[in-house]
Amino acid sequence: MGAIGLSGFRPELADDPSRYLKETSAGEERFDVLVKGARCAGCIAKIERGVKAVPGVREGRLNLSTGKLVVTGKSLKPETILRYIRDLGYDAQPFDAGEMLDAGDREGRFLLRCLAVAGFATVFTMGLTDAIWYGGGDLGGEARRNFFWLAGAVAIPATFYSGQPFFRAAWRSIRAGRAGMDVPISLALILSLGMSIYQTATDGAHTYFDASVMLTFLLLIGRYLDHRLRDRARGAARHLLAMQTLLVRRQAPDGTIQTVPARELMPDDMVMLASGDRAPVNGVLADRGTELDLSLVTGEVLPQAVAQGAVVQAGSVVTGMPVLLRATARVEDSLIADLARLLEAGQQVRNRYVRLADRAARAYVPGVFILSLAVMAGWLIAGAPLATAVTSAITILIITCPCALGLAVPAVQVVATGRLFRKGVFVKSGDALERLAQIEKVVFDKTGTLTVGNPVLCDRERIAPQILNRAARLARASRHPLACALAEAAGPGEAAGDVREVAGSGLERGTGADLERLGSAGWCGAENPGAVQLWYRHGSEAPVGFRFEDRIRPDARALVRDLEAKGLSVEMLTGDVPLIAARIAEEAGIAEWQAAVRPEQKARHLEALANAKIRTLMVGDGLNDAAALAMAHVSIAPGTAADISQKASDMVLRGGDLMPIAEAITVARKARRLVLENFALALAYNLTAIPMAALGMVTPLIAAATMAGSSLLVTLNALRLMGGGKT
Amino acid sequence: MTGIALLIMSALLVGLGALGCLLWALSSGQYDDLEGDAQRILIDFPEDQ
Repeated sequence: MGAIGLSGFRPELADDPSRYLKETSAGEERFDVLVKGARCAGCIAKIERGVKAVPGVREGRLNLSTGKLVVTGKSLKPETILRYIRDLGYDAQPFDAGEMLDAGDREGRFLLRCLAVAGFATVFTMGLTDAIWYGGGDLGGEARRNFFWLAGAVAIPATFYSGQPFFRAAWRSIRAGRAGMDVPISLALILSLGMSIYQTATDGAHTYFDASVMLTFLLLIGRYLDHRLRDRARGAARHLLAMQTLLVRRQAPDGTIQTVPARELMPDDMVMLASGDRAPVNGVLADRGTELDLSLVTGEVLPQAVAQGAVVQAGSVVTGMPVLLRATARVEDSLIADLARLLEAGQQVRNRYVRLADRAARAYVPGVFILSLAVMAGWLIAGAPLATAVTSAITILIITCPCALGLAVPAVQVVATGRLFRKGVFVKSGDALERLAQIEKVVFDKTGTLTVGNPVLCDRERIAPQILNRAARLARASRHPLACALAEAAGPGEAAGDVREVAGSGLERGTGADLERLGSAGWCGAENPGAVQLWYRHGSEAPVGFRFEDRIRPDARALVRDLEAKGLSVEMLTGDVPLIAARIAEEAGIAEWQAAVRPEQKARHLEALANAKIRTLMVGDGLNDAAALAMAHVSIAPGTAADISQKASDMVLRGGDLMPIAEAITVARKARRLVLENFALALAYNLTAIPMAALGMVTPLIAAATMAGSSLLVTLNALRLMGGGKT
Repeated sequence: MTGIALLIMSALLVGLGALGCLLWALSSGQYDDLEGDAQRILIDFPEDQ
């Protein structure tokens, strides 16, 4: 199904190029393109040079991380540019999702700027104050105070600048009446600055200027890692946005053709669909019959011949003759939109999942406040002066500031997703890993997931080699899936030159006694075709049948065994007929399966599992799986899956191997263990630091050392996930 | 004492200078595509030869 990705859409831009062109400050035009499939230096060079060859283009610059190609020049022709890139072998879409992406970029750059300021301030302030903690006895009171003021002059503005992400988040959560992790963080930052100013002014011994900037620095590292993870998830969502800006060709009653956005289509509008186009809305074939690839709608691999007047569902791809489609519904009432709504419903279910870090914060935040109030009360009851009591309470807030806690989760998740990325699993969000660690059951789709999704000639031993070769000469002239499968089975060779393609029937060449035909049973004159899909007939010889079957992926069986060894139950759901389902299930070693399941039944099955409190991993690829993927506790889609399915799932596999699924579960479970260990480490640190702070024994030196130490500890612990070897 | 003060001030200036350079690099987009920049060094430019 990989052939029909975004490439199914071919927006014709000739009528309205200005929709995608922006004016730059230099008075030039700018055209943003989303390029899919660029991986290496060779791709960059090829694409940038290719684009430069287009008339009017001054420069093209490709961002490999985001896949965004910015083309600048004068009087640009978007359609020509897109065609050039596609001719180079890359999928290209006009980029219209700018708003959201730019916001993500800005946020990331702001965090980096904060990080830079905090890092600089940390080093500088520590250089000043730590000198005092070590050998400060030699410095006179005057010099010492100047050192502190100087440290403050750097630390105070630096903390206020780079602490902004925390202050803003804290303010938001206070207004919403929630106590997030950001509230104690902000409080600790502000209080430590305030106390340090007070101490310096009164010639006290303990200032926390260095601690406050270091806190900011360490917390920002965790925040930035977390942001990077989320940003990647947003990048994945971009592809669906590109899909929604689809343009279609509408034929007006007077026969003229306009290019309009698909969402403006009304019922009874005529839409022109060329071969390779995907139907944007539900409709009926108005002018003639054709062949449709329904793989994204029903999961069926082979194109279906449909007659004039047949009902076509949105998402079907035309593989035969170009047709006119009379729309019967608007985009938002069509199948894809239905699925999108189901997806949304599923995502809401999933949003109820509370991330581990948030669960920790809920217990942690009130605990810390109560503790510091209790310590203050304790000192006052013991008869200590107010200043001592307040100092101790503030010290508790500073020292318990969840520095290690802020790093505990993102550090592990970044290492885990990095490791999985190298193994061929693209993880779209951090909490997907947390959910994957909890699963008890795995549900597989069949076609395109457990199987390759392409037909393979299955009875070639029975067929005489010279017949196979002659049939293949015809087959090589066509791009029909069965013809491709036949050509592949015959191996490389030449294609016949004078092949005629007869829509809905097959291929033929020659005349009279030398007439060769490759196609449907009826057309080739075969009687009792049975389950044989493709026939070949030469002149008056008896027709020869070729039978094709979908083939199971080579590592499917090993994967199922591995999952069962991990203590998970495995089930297969398919829309295919029971006969084929039984064969595939047996080959894969799956005992529990259901056949002839419709898409909405799949989703309902997953919902039933969720209601029975069975946490399920769904693995599926088709448009018909998208709702089920969204409904599952966590979901994985193969890289060949429909875009909407990739959007609906939490992880996407690269390449055709299934084994990375087992690896992902292993890594997710390890990551969960490491996160819990990190929480334990952070807790142990607090349990030792809090009594010291309560008794007023914590000096700024100890505070700085323990804070940096505990952060280092959780980061190193997270790095243990990196090696890991083969498990 | 003046020696220390001078040294500290020059340290501050050098540090701020480095910080300024980093912030400039960030805002001029040099950190936008780390992956691509790592690969670009491998491209031969025929027009340069």
